[in-house]
Amino acid sequence: MHIHTSEYDPHSKDQVAKPPLDPHLKALENEAIHIFREVAAEFDKPVMLYSIGKDSSVLLHLARKAFFPGRVPFPLLHIDTGWKFAEMIAFRDLMAEKYDLDLVTYTNPRGKSEGVTPFSHGSALYTDIMKTEALRQALDAGGYDAAFGGARRDEEASRAKERIYSFRTPEHRWDPRNQRPELWNIYNGMIRKGESVRAFPLSNWTEVDIWRYIQAENIPLVPLYYAAERPYVERDGMMILAEDPRLELLPGETVQQGMIRFRTLGCFPLTGAIRSTATTLDEVIAELEIATVSERQGRAIDRDQSGSMEKKKREGYF
Amino acid sequence: MTAQNTKTAQTVASNVVPFAEPVKAVRDSRPLRLITCGSVDDGKSTLIGRLLWDTKAVKEDQAATLRRDSGSQNDLGLPDFALLLDGLQAEREQGITIDVAYRYFATDRRSFIVADTPGHEQYTRNMATGASTADLAILLVDARAGLLEQTRRHATIASLMGIKQFVLAVNKIDLVSYDKAIFEKISHDFKELALSLGVRQVTAIPMSALKGENVVYDGRAAMPWYEGPSLVETLELATTRSAQAGGFRLPVQRVSRPGESFRGYQGTVAGGSIKPGDSVTILPSGMVANVSRIVTFDLVRNAAVAGDAVTLVLDRQVDVSRGDMIVSMDGQPMTGLNFDAHLVALQPGGIEPAKRYWLKSGARRQRVTITPTSQLELSSGKWKPHHETLSMNAIGKVHLTFDEVAVFDPYEQNRATGAFIIIDPDTNNTVAGGMVTAKRTDLGGIHRDGQRVLMSLPADLADELMASEAFAARRDEVDLRRISAARAADLFGEIE
Repeated sequence: MHIHTSEYDPHSKDQVAKPPLDPHLKALENEAIHIFREVAAEFDKPVMLYSIGKDSSVLLHLARKAFFPGRVPFPLLHIDTGWKFAEMIAFRDLMAEKYDLDLVTYTNPRGKSEGVTPFSHGSALYTDIMKTEALRQALDAGGYDAAFGGARRDEEASRAKERIYSFRTPEHRWDPRNQRPELWNIYNGMIRKGESVRAFPLSNWTEVDIWRYIQAENIPLVPLYYAAERPYVERDGMMILAEDPRLELLPGETVQQGMIRFRTLGCFPLTGAIRSTATTLDEVIAELEIATVSERQGRAIDRDQSGSMEKKKREGYF
Repeated sequence: MTAQNTKTAQTVASNVVPFAEPVKAVRDSRPLRLITCGSVDDGKSTLIGRLLWDTKAVKEDQAATLRRDSGSQNDLGLPDFALLLDGLQAEREQGITIDVAYRYFATDRRSFIVADTPGHEQYTRNMATGASTADLAILLVDARAGLLEQTRRHATIASLMGIKQFVLAVNKIDLVSYDKAIFEKISHDFKELALSLGVRQVTAIPMSALKGENVVYDGRAAMPWYEGPSLVETLELATTRSAQAGGFRLPVQRVSRPGESFRGYQGTVAGGSIKPGDSVTILPSGMVANVSRIVTFDLVRNAAVAGDAVTLVLDRQVDVSRGDMIVSMDGQPMTGLNFDAHLVALQPGGIEPAKRYWLKSGARRQRVTITPTSQLELSSGKWKPHHETLSMNAIGKVHLTFDEVAVFDPYEQNRATGAFIIIDPDTNNTVAGGMVTAKRTDLGGIHRDGQRVLMSLPADLADELMASEAFAARRDEVDLRRISAARAADLFGEIE
């Protein structure tokens, strides 16, 4: 597969030293590295949730920086719903190989055996079973006591109140009304057996920061983030990628071709594309800086109801 | 924001869909962190909403959700900002704000992180949390009401948490007919208050958050008499705290040993700077070594400064583990078993004397006993003797007693190495945040535990002693009477 940017390798002779990060990105990077190291030192069995998207790509890059010259000292966990874009899966496996990562993938066996799909069960129930329930199962199965996620506080209203160390009960519940106070950069990692913490090194990053960091650090991304001529169908006001044979056309739908790209990546039937001519990182950033809609607009699961993210989070979703 | 993109406030305010304006990519400073203090009645939600709206941090689909949820707009055509800020279902249902939320916005010159804390219930706990990382505090008052007791409370907590820059937002100035005299009276009163707290950097701004005057865009059309900066201009020029001036500090988070040949100490520089070749001391052991390399993913670095997340390699085998601190040979932090601190109690159980808690500072966690000595009365700003449990939201002066040697700087000098949290071993919850003020030297002799010493001093010597910092810090522990030399001689005679 074609990867747009080449990874900067500090030990390769043909690389020119890249310019230092500006103080803004440097401060965000330092904070994230601090959180990674703190969690790795304080918890017995951390894991990093890896969703293959741009935020996960930044998270992975920061983890590699935090533990250099050592390798990333915890596994990456991918919750595979079975409905991810094919290019995402190929990219995931490529990264794991290239960076010598311990990759764990997990699919909810109940969902698989009962044939739960976004088409048959609706987006809300499907997400419940294949993402939220699957995540709980995978965390229990691995016995993980800390899980890194790439969530940012600017993404959504309920996330604005999330801690950097977000405490979860043994049932993975989040109680937004009873969170531990978090002062300075001193994090409280004390938990009982069965309890866990979700840790968010990107809490203070915004979407623009993510893209500027990807640019400054040459971080490889799934090509779906860049515009290309792709087949799609229009459904429920969204442009759905029409590459997977499992996508059945409804009456009146036709496959169209157009220059499209994705601002976020998830399950292909639930992720809407945007029309775009941005084929390079510079163009993507230029497009973003004049964007007047948020990135989550393309996500069907966030639109079910107001407060739906909070509900999912309370139940154990990231 | 410059004058070119300034329309009259009215026109801008009615501009419901924010026009697209490219944001310049380069930021030459780290994000400024600030806290907003005030109540809903002062227009705090409106102010934060206005900041986010006028800097285009609110996107169209979010605004559409707001309109759908509220079903109404205010008479300026803006969505209900409170809905934007109240992120949780319970908050929307009950019309209250829970806990600290963080907001993000940027101008073409700088980016900002706002800690948004509720102004009413549990404000001490939430404000202390929000203020702990803030470089600057915005104190919001209603121009019709002027300074209130809560303004003093908020300012006191902010200064206690080490904030050195205040912005006084005199809001709803439109409701007092843009009266310059009212603004000047309030800002004069506030500057006196700030000075009494030792805060010298104060900017007062008259504004209408609802109309967007002097928040992001200037309000010259409505108040030509005000020639100072808008709120955003003030924030763009504010300084961020830095701990680069003092001695080098590296709290060791983690020892990296990827192979036999490499041993590095990973952490975030908490003060000063370091370069290869520098000699360092490892605390609390006191062992000495030289820095041979500063390793990062990008390149081997020739220096590291406060804020940098680095890996240090030393030139010899020394015993260093998580929780130790690597420091410069000169200007070392304080080490000892006894310290004085300010403490904010954060949980319903309060802080109990004689209970053994966990204290975490940097990467070090150790057992501590806390003895309260006084409590701050927020309405007057005075410290009152207090030796019992510090209840939730109380601010106290305490003694910290450790089983093993602790390492601190005074919080005034270094926020990162002077701050700590207290964890209750029964619940694992964070029950207090604290700031070290000084080391206590319990040398035995006349300072044996629990004992007091009666002295009779010449008045001039007593004045000198009372002017000292050490005396001021523990003023509440001292009983003082002025009497004649003859009476003192009599008293001492009686004691013997």
